[in-house]
Amino acid sequence: MAEEMSHKPYVRPISSEWIFRHPRYLRYMTREFSCLFIGAYTLLLVAGLQSLSDGRAAYASFLEMLGSPASIAFHVLALAFAVYHSITWFNLTPKAMPLQFGENFAPDAVISGAHFAIWGALSLAVLVLAGAF
Amino acid sequence: MARSNKPIVWGPFAAGGTITAFVTPVLILLTLLAALGATPELLAYDRLLAFMRHGLVKAAAVAVVFLSLWSAAHRLRITCYDLGLRADTVVATVVYAVALIGTLAATVFLLRLQ
Repeated sequence: MAEEMSHKPYVRPISSEWIFRHPRYLRYMTREFSCLFIGAYTLLLVAGLQSLSDGRAAYASFLEMLGSPASIAFHVLALAFAVYHSITWFNLTPKAMPLQFGENFAPDAVISGAHFAIWGALSLAVLVLAGAF
Repeated sequence: MARSNKPIVWGPFAAGGTITAFVTPVLILLTLLAALGATPELLAYDRLLAFMRHGLVKAAAVAVVFLSLWSAAHRLRITCYDLGLRADTVVATVVYAVALIGTLAATVFLLRLQ
């Protein structure tokens, strides 16, 4: 019996239902799923670069595709996930790079707050420079 | 000391997580506004082409594409494992390959801009 058991090692059952066991796990998975939208959006940008290098007509049809309802829906979803990624990422910066001054550490709110401020300023600058207003 | 290739994989992931946190939302907002036709000149062919022709812009674009794709690939690999897909070698090969091919394609398209 014992020998038989040693030949059949215990295989832990694998499932994905654990993510629904606690809201914290669901938030974690929401954050992790942002990678699908960020990855897909980056590939969309690469397709845009291709059309730009193919010439005026190709770029015009890329812009037309960009305006399709499916593309708008994707953009709205991707924007929500990308913003969620940014928020979780900047909230973790005090853990990833604590700043020490002598005996004291800079407060968490200062470190993440600086990141949020730079994020806001940078985003606004890009929008203004691109002529979005 | 045990040697590991983890830093090579993880370094671009951390850099990519930071770069996507800073720039991806505003890029999505830009293409969304262009798709909705917010202003006629937004992402117009001549303006965008003139901007993307600069050498520094091209280099920055390649860096952003590579780091974004790599961090997304790494996170997707970990997520697949979390969700019970244990064929890590296959998953890692596929996701990192897509990231590298996407970067290579972006580089070729940028070099073609005259």
